[in-house]
Amino acid sequence: MLGEGILKGMAETAKNFFGSYFSAERLTTVEYPEQRIAPFEAARVFPFLVFDSKNPGDGADWQTGMRCVACQICEKECPPKCIFIEKSKDKKPDALGKPQFYPVKFDIDISVCMSCQICVEVCPFEAIKMDTEFELSTVDRFGGLLLDRQQLAKSNEYYHQIHPAEAAGVDARLVAEKVKADAKARSAADAAVAKAAAIAGEGA
Amino acid sequence: MINTLDQIFVLLRHWLVSFLPAAWQPLVGVLLSVAAIVCLFPALFALTTVFERKGLARIQNRLGPNRVGPFGLLQPIADGIKSLTKEDIVPLSADAAVHFLAPVLLLVAVFMGFAVLPMGRNMVFVDMDAGLLFYFAMSASTELSVFMAGWSSRNKYSLLGAMRAVAQMISYEVPLLLSSVVVVMMTGSLSLTKIVAAQSGFTWGLPHWFIFTPWGCAGFVMYAIATTAETNRSPFDLPEGESELVAGYHTEYSGFKFALFFLGEYLAMFSISGLGTTLFLGGWSAPFSFLTWVPSWIWFFSKLMLSIFVFIWMRGTLPRLRQDQLMNFAWKFVLPLCLLNLMVVALWRFMGDGWLRWVICSAILIGAYATMGWGEMRRGKIGPRSYRYAE
Repeated sequence: MLGEGILKGMAETAKNFFGSYFSAERLTTVEYPEQRIAPFEAARVFPFLVFDSKNPGDGADWQTGMRCVACQICEKECPPKCIFIEKSKDKKPDALGKPQFYPVKFDIDISVCMSCQICVEVCPFEAIKMDTEFELSTVDRFGGLLLDRQQLAKSNEYYHQIHPAEAAGVDARLVAEKVKADAKARSAADAAVAKAAAIAGEGA
Repeated sequence: MINTLDQIFVLLRHWLVSFLPAAWQPLVGVLLSVAAIVCLFPALFALTTVFERKGLARIQNRLGPNRVGPFGLLQPIADGIKSLTKEDIVPLSADAAVHFLAPVLLLVAVFMGFAVLPMGRNMVFVDMDAGLLFYFAMSASTELSVFMAGWSSRNKYSLLGAMRAVAQMISYEVPLLLSSVVVVMMTGSLSLTKIVAAQSGFTWGLPHWFIFTPWGCAGFVMYAIATTAETNRSPFDLPEGESELVAGYHTEYSGFKFALFFLGEYLAMFSISGLGTTLFLGGWSAPFSFLTWVPSWIWFFSKLMLSIFVFIWMRGTLPRLRQDQLMNFAWKFVLPLCLLNLMVVALWRFMGDGWLRWVICSAILIGAYATMGWGEMRRGKIGPRSYRYAE
């Protein structure tokens, strides 16, 4: 019969209306500033820069431990162009002991950033990751939303805290790379030694 | 004592006016009544906005506004301050004079409607003999201001919204009038006080409201449908369909002019609910004979708020119609039933007392509804939505 669906729908909404006053499980709303839900592993807001600290807990070596080598791939790939990097003139040894450039300036304009995570995906050095911090309101909409490298630098421990599974994977990969690099260096050294010995033998 | 409470506003007005010289009394008395109407209904609007938001939230199992004041009750004050302090933007190419006049005219026309509504025993501002006619004249002129708003904004969304609104309001004006005419046919009067008086009796403790007769019930349902469309409320809110028209005819309004449109829309809802109460729900009369001691204005406003609750309930339930469905429904379904209802009420009138007219009139109306509904649904004209690509 015509109108049956309307009555059925009205009954359903009436059930919701009165039910929400009596059963607490109907109301799934979390009253935000007072109540919070634990962040999800996959949550992502804006990028941050990872640094490795020698003694976990203090942020003293954010500059020396920074993984970023200022290769500027993220800057070029960023769709809304919100990353500004200035490469250093000199080089500093990175985590593998190789001399690398480092960013003198690394700014992200989070008023432009669209949280697409492309910078994270293109980074070959695992240096930029997504943060879960979302309470970023400020009274200065220009300067306050332009984060510099010190504001962006967060320790690897913090990364482990917000994305445990992902960070463990990243660490395992970095360790494997380091082992590989060490082995290569060792074999290169061995080869050099052997070559030197051979040259010495030939000479003798 | 009970009588005093019932007539408290009337007595208050007499008492206030009695301090003045006799020559001033009529004028000041009128101004007092106007002031009461102009203050009361916007206050009711403020309350309704917060209750609507809370009601809709509860229908969707949410909490609704609860931050400003206890239970969020002061939310309308915050909203009012916000809309007062917002910038009043008039588009550069808009017709500034018409753009300004549109919300003002809307409010004036809507407030005029309240003049003839009996809100309690002896509580009618102007007891006009042709009150119903005056009311419909005023409520129809709101269409003008809607179109003025859409036209003067010089914006395609505004214009489209206004054209939709005018098409819809004119289409539903016909069933609105025809469904009210049955009451006039029965009471033989266009005066709203006489219509209320005609429904004031009781049989076995139950009132003689027109909704409790077959033709009255059918008339009330069609009146409710037509008023929902007339006030642009969901599911007939096509003129301001956010998903396709931004905000319809008030897209280009900001600040307090927008608030005026909002106010006008809700006031139209109050006044048309008040008229429905007067025509079909016995106006200010009590629902049971043992409750007649409760002041009459309490009954009127309770019925009014109940109608508003049903409006909100429908808004929380029904999805928006499509334009062709809206028009088909008005012209091909509601209008024929309204015309049939006119015949039925004539039959009722001339069949005299007895149980036979109840059976015959109910059978005609239910039969017509069932066969028309069945036929239309079978042809797929109305009924559940079908999707060609989705699903």
